[in-house]
Amino acid sequence: MQPDLLNQILVRFLKEEAGCFGFKKAVLGLSGGVDSAVSCALAAQAFGPENVLAVMMPYTTSHPDSLNHAHLCAEALGVRTKIVPIGDMVDGYANQEGLEDPTRRGNIMARARMVVLYDQSAAESGLVIGTSNKTEILLGYSTQFGDGASALNPLGDLYKHQVFQLARHLDLPTEIVDKAPSADLFEGQSDEADLGFTYAEADEALFRMIEERWSMEELLEHGFERAFIEKLQWRVTINHYKRLPPIIAKVTSRSFLTDFRYLRCRDH
Amino acid sequence: MKTAVRLIQCNSRLGDWEHNKSMHQEAIDAAVRNGKQLVMFPELSMTGYFLKDQAHEQALSRDAEELEFLCEASKSISILAGFVERGRDGRIYNSMGFFEDGMLLSVHRKVHLVTYGMFEDGRDFAPGQVFEPVRSKHGIFGIMTCEDMWHIGGAYLYFLDGVDALLVASASPGRGISAAGASEGEPGMASNRTWKTIQDHACLLFQTPVLYANRVGFEDGIIFGGATRALDASANEMGYLDSLDEGHLDVELSRALLERTRAITPLRRDERPELFAAELTRRNQGEQA
Repeated sequence: MQPDLLNQILVRFLKEEAGCFGFKKAVLGLSGGVDSAVSCALAAQAFGPENVLAVMMPYTTSHPDSLNHAHLCAEALGVRTKIVPIGDMVDGYANQEGLEDPTRRGNIMARARMVVLYDQSAAESGLVIGTSNKTEILLGYSTQFGDGASALNPLGDLYKHQVFQLARHLDLPTEIVDKAPSADLFEGQSDEADLGFTYAEADEALFRMIEERWSMEELLEHGFERAFIEKLQWRVTINHYKRLPPIIAKVTSRSFLTDFRYLRCRDH
Repeated sequence: MKTAVRLIQCNSRLGDWEHNKSMHQEAIDAAVRNGKQLVMFPELSMTGYFLKDQAHEQALSRDAEELEFLCEASKSISILAGFVERGRDGRIYNSMGFFEDGMLLSVHRKVHLVTYGMFEDGRDFAPGQVFEPVRSKHGIFGIMTCEDMWHIGGAYLYFLDGVDALLVASASPGRGISAAGASEGEPGMASNRTWKTIQDHACLLFQTPVLYANRVGFEDGIIFGGATRALDASANEMGYLDSLDEGHLDVELSRALLERTRAITPLRRDERPELFAAELTRRNQGEQA
């Protein structure tokens, strides 16, 4: 990978795509993890740090390191920050429903953060910058309309290991780059434990499956375990809905996307 | 005879005719001021590329009033610019217009529409049917639009015509910067490396200068790769824009150099088009059988 060229392209992307819709500011959730740190650094380069609002949204059970690392990152980049704890928002609904299922609770946290970001986006007249990478989008390891929601996503076509490479290139704090990835939706959570494999393993296999379009035969020949590949395939397939807009019943003569085909309208 | 050419690497705005018109006018005026004789723009330079349903909304007949400013400007300089053409029968084409001496002298309709991967040309446009060189006062040129160059036929036909240069207009996305595997470690985008290889080959096989103008900028997250480039008939690089910024490349086409190159290694003289034609016919019959 050529991190300098990639960095340049992603900054141009943010600047041009936001600019042509008349936006000069960005809002994003800064979690203390590597993905949002990279998005934040790119946004700071594209819009200037003073035009980036990094919102930190801890829940009551979030690991204190997360907030500390987010501060570390924001300070290093010089972006503006705002802390919006989401404990009351989440608990208000979760307690009313008597919710204990950690997946449901996690999804509510992710969507509560989306609500905060889009509100801050309106207050700031800034676009919400996404932080989801290609690996997690492929695996569906994200919450629909939660952390998956954004206006512009510079990382969505980068595998996790490429995000790490970019993070090192961007000289982000080592505390962030070197720690184990975690969605931090509950105590002690680890992405890799949740998924049952490492990002390094997933990235290599997904790269062969998606970019290189290898067949199962070729993947097995290369040394991948069949069960592992089947697990990835299953995740990619069942989560495809998260990558698409909602299904609209097509009843008129011109339906969105199928025969009403336009790129986003540009306001210069 | 020498011809001063300027290749424009621009960022057209999708569907924004007025903006693109000003951009063309400014670039043309500057080229005239700088003594250029021919200025070439990328594919669909007047409209932007991923038009989808806008294709027919942007379409113009060859005698449309909107193209008048290019005719007018061509009294001072020859111009190659891209637009969506509406044929008399209603078919829509991805066209490059060659404007000279106050008129639209010639139109190349993209022959090889690209309809795979991220591309939908074949859905929005009808394919051009001919590779007809334009006979300009500056020489005979073979115009090709992007994918036209990925097939050997067009460049070969222009080679038989003895064109003085291939003018290749492109709206080619830049991709493959993050790819692991074979391209790992090689600088730049994989797509631009491929373009260079294709240009070099066409140039060397057909002893024809290649002038390649590509776009920059984004359309819905797709980046256009720039890499505007010019080669003389021996594939020596006359210029290369290694940048994702808008800009231009100034080169000079030399008739003397072209003639010398073709005299030293007489590929056209030794080419056997009649054999090729017979072989094509034989295979074509075989395919139909």
